Amino acid sequence: MEGLHHDTIIDPPNSDSSENDADSLKSVEETKQTVDGDIGKDFSKSEANKLLTKEEKLNLYEQMIRIRRFEERSLRSYQQGHIGGFLHLYIGQEAVAVGSVSMLGDDDHIITAYRDHGHALAVGMEFDECMAELYGKKTGCSKGKGGSMHFFAPDKNYWGGHGIVGGQTPLGLGIAYALKYNKKKGACLCFMGDGATNQGPFYESLNLASLWNLPVIYIIENNGYSMGTAESRHSAGDPLAKRAEPFDISWSVSSGHDLFEVRQTISDALKSAHENSRPSVLEIVTYRYRGHSVADPDQTYRSKEEIEEYKTNKDPINLLKEKLLNEGIVTDTELKEIDIKAKGDADASAEFADASPYPDPSELMDDIYWETDNPDNKTSEGIMFFETPQ
Amino acid sequence: MAIITYREALNQALSEEIENDPNVVLMGEEVAQFKGSYKVSEGMLEKYGPERVIDTPISEAAFSGLAVGAAMMGMRPVVEFMFWSFCYVAFDQIFNNAASIRYMSGGLINVPIVFRGPANGGTNVGATHSHTPENFAANTPGLKVICPATPADAKGMMKAAIRDNDPVCVMENTILYNMKGEVPDENDYIVPLGKANVLKEGKDMSIIAHGKAVHSSLQVAQTLEEKHGIFAEVLDLRSIRPLDVDAIIATVKKTNRVLLVEENKPFCGVDSQVAFIIQDQAFDFLDAPIKRISAIDAPQAYSKALENIQIPDHDRILAKAMELV
Ligand SMILES: Cc1ncc(C[n+]2csc(CCOP(=O)(O)OP(=O)(O)O)c2C)c(N)n1
Ligand SMILES: [Mg+2]
Repeated sequence: MEGLHHDTIIDPPNSDSSENDADSLKSVEETKQTVDGDIGKDFSKSEANKLLTKEEKLNLYEQMIRIRRFEERSLRSYQQGHIGGFLHLYIGQEAVAVGSVSMLGDDDHIITAYRDHGHALAVGMEFDECMAELYGKKTGCSKGKGGSMHFFAPDKNYWGGHGIVGGQTPLGLGIAYALKYNKKKGACLCFMGDGATNQGPFYESLNLASLWNLPVIYIIENNGYSMGTAESRHSAGDPLAKRAEPFDISWSVSSGHDLFEVRQTISDALKSAHENSRPSVLEIVTYRYRGHSVADPDQTYRSKEEIEEYKTNKDPINLLKEKLLNEGIVTDTELKEIDIKAKGDADASAEFADASPYPDPSELMDDIYWETDNPDNKTSEGIMFFETPQ
Repeated sequence: MAIITYREALNQALSEEIENDPNVVLMGEEVAQFKGSYKVSEGMLEKYGPERVIDTPISEAAFSGLAVGAAMMGMRPVVEFMFWSFCYVAFDQIFNNAASIRYMSGGLINVPIVFRGPANGGTNVGATHSHTPENFAANTPGLKVICPATPADAKGMMKAAIRDNDPVCVMENTILYNMKGEVPDENDYIVPLGKANVLKEGKDMSIIAHGKAVHSSLQVAQTLEEKHGIFAEVLDLRSIRPLDVDAIIATVKKTNRVLLVEENKPFCGVDSQVAFIIQDQAFDFLDAPIKRISAIDAPQAYSKALENIQIPDHDRILAKAMELV
C-alpha cells in the first residue's frame, strides 16, 4: 500500500485501503447517533485530542472567539455602509474551520466557498488584511479586488474563497492531484455547503477522486440551508455524505458543534488521505445564526426559536468554554481576557480598514495577467487590454 | 526544417514541452491509449507514460477544474477538449476560475494552463460540435487566445502557450490537422503570442483573418490578382488576445481598404473589435467602409449544402472583396 508513491497517477482503487478507510471512519449508525443528539460522547479524550495541552486548547478557543468577534465587527461595518455586496457570516460554524485547520500539517491545503472568513482566519490570516478587503481597500488581502467571498493566502496553503456554488470542488481535486503528482504526503480539504452538494461538478470530482486515488477531503458543512431552502426541500436522500458511497469513497456524518469531534473526524480522514491517498466525504452538521448574507431576510424559512435553540444549546464556542471550565484548566477571567482582546483587535481592524486608502484607478489593470504584472519577463507582443483607465 | 502536418507539429510541441519541463502534463478524453480523438497525441503515452499523458473520464468540468487547481499549485497542465464546443460544460472552470483567480487574489496566484482543441465548423457535425468560442474567450480579461493557422505556428505558438504563465486557450481546427508545411525542428522554436503575420504582401486592399479563414483569404487574394489585377495583402492575426494592433493599423495605412474575414459568428465576433480599432485609429486612412464577412448567423447547419454556404468560402469572400474596389 504505497498510497502516494504509486508509479502512475491513475492507479486502480486499492481494495486494502478502502477497508482501512471503513475502519478509521465511523459507520452510518454510529454517526447518525452522534448527530441525533448523542451529545454524550466525549471526544475530548479521543485519539486526536487526548494530548492537547492547556495552551493548545486555549488557543483553539481563542481562534473561535476571534473569528466570531471579527465577524460581529464586520456586520456593524456593513450596517454602517462601509462594506458592500454580500457578507456571508460564519457565526455558529466556527468549530468546523478551526477544528479542521488545527489538524493540518505543512503539506495539507484548504479551499472553500464564499463563506470564507472563518477558514481564512483559522489558517492565520490577519484581521487587518481581511477587514480591509471587506472595505475594498488597497491594504486588503486581495488589494480590494476579491471582497468577502474571495480571500486567498497561498503562502498559508489557503486557496480561497470561491463565489460559485460548487465551483471550488474540482479545484480542490486539482490541488490534491498536484500534491500526489509531486509525491507530497499531503491532502486538500475542500469545504462546501449542503446546497453545493447538488452541483454536477461535485459528482464528476468524486468519480475522479476515487478513480485516481486523490487525497482530497470534501467537507460538507451542513448548516441545514441553501440560502432559504431547507435541506429537506433541496436534497433527495439522506444523509448527504452517503452520496459518496457509489464512488467507493468513505464518508461520515458528525457534529460540527463540538470542536473535539471535528478534530477527530478530520484526523481520521487525513490518515486515509496521507497513508492510502484515498478521498473522503465528511458531512459535518453545523448551524449559521445570521441570514444567508447579512442583508437577507431570515424569517421566511426558519423560526426565531430554532435559531435560539442552537444558540442556547449547541453553540460551539459555549460548548468548548463549558468543557474547559469543567475540566478546571482555565478560569472565567482567562477566557474573558481572550474575548476582550479579540474585540479590541476587531475594532482596531475596522479602524485600520477605515483609515486605509482605496486602490488607485490605475490598479484596476494590475493582477489580470502574470505577464503584464512582470514586464521584465514579457514574452508576448501586441495589445492585451482594449479599454483602460485614462 | 521538415515538412510535417499541423497535427504532427502540435505533437512535437507537446512532446518537447513534456520533455523540457516535468510540470507539464497532457490530459483529456482519449488522449492516451486512443492516441487522441484526432491523433494529435499519437505515440505520447508510449513515450512519456500515464503520469504525463492522462486519459480522463467525460467530465470536462472536473478535469478542467482539476487542471486549474494543479496550475495554481505550480503545474503546467495542458487540457485537451475533444472539441472546444465541449468546453461549455466546463465554462465556470475556465471563465470564472482560470480567468479570474489571479485578479481576485490580488495577484497572489497565477494559472499557467493551456486549454486546447479544435474549434471549427465545416465538418458536417451540426450545431453542438461546431462552435468557435474565440470571441467569448477573448472577451474575458485573464485569458489569452490564439488561433494558429499553419503547421509552423501550431508548433511555435503551442510551445509559447505552454511556457506562458497565464491561461492560454489554443483554438485549433480539425480541417487544418492534415495540412502540411515547413516546421523548424529546433526545441526552442517559439512563435510569440500577439504577433500577426503578413502571409502575402499587397497594395490594393488588406484581408485580415484568423484560423482557417486565413487560407480561404489567401485563395481569394490569388484570384483577385490573377483574374482582376488586384493585389490584396493577407494578414494572419494568429493571436486574438493579445492582439497585434500595430500590424493591423500598418496594413490598413498601406492599402486603405479592409476586408475582415472570420468563421466566427458576426455578433460580437472577433472582427467587430478589429473593425472598431481600425476606425478608431486609422479612420483617415480608409478609402472605403470596412467590409466584413463571417459565418452566416444561424446555428451551425449539418447539411453540407447549407454548411458550405454558411462558412465564408472563396466565392462569398471574393464577392465581398469586389465591393471594396
Ligand atoms: C452557481 C451558483 N448558483 C447560485 C449561487 C447563489 N448562491 C450563493 S450561496 C447559495 C446557497 C448555497 O448554500 P450552501 O451550499 O448550503 O452553503 P451555505 O451558504 O449554507 O454556506 C446560493 C444559491 C451561486 N453563488 N452560484
Ligand atoms: Mg448551507
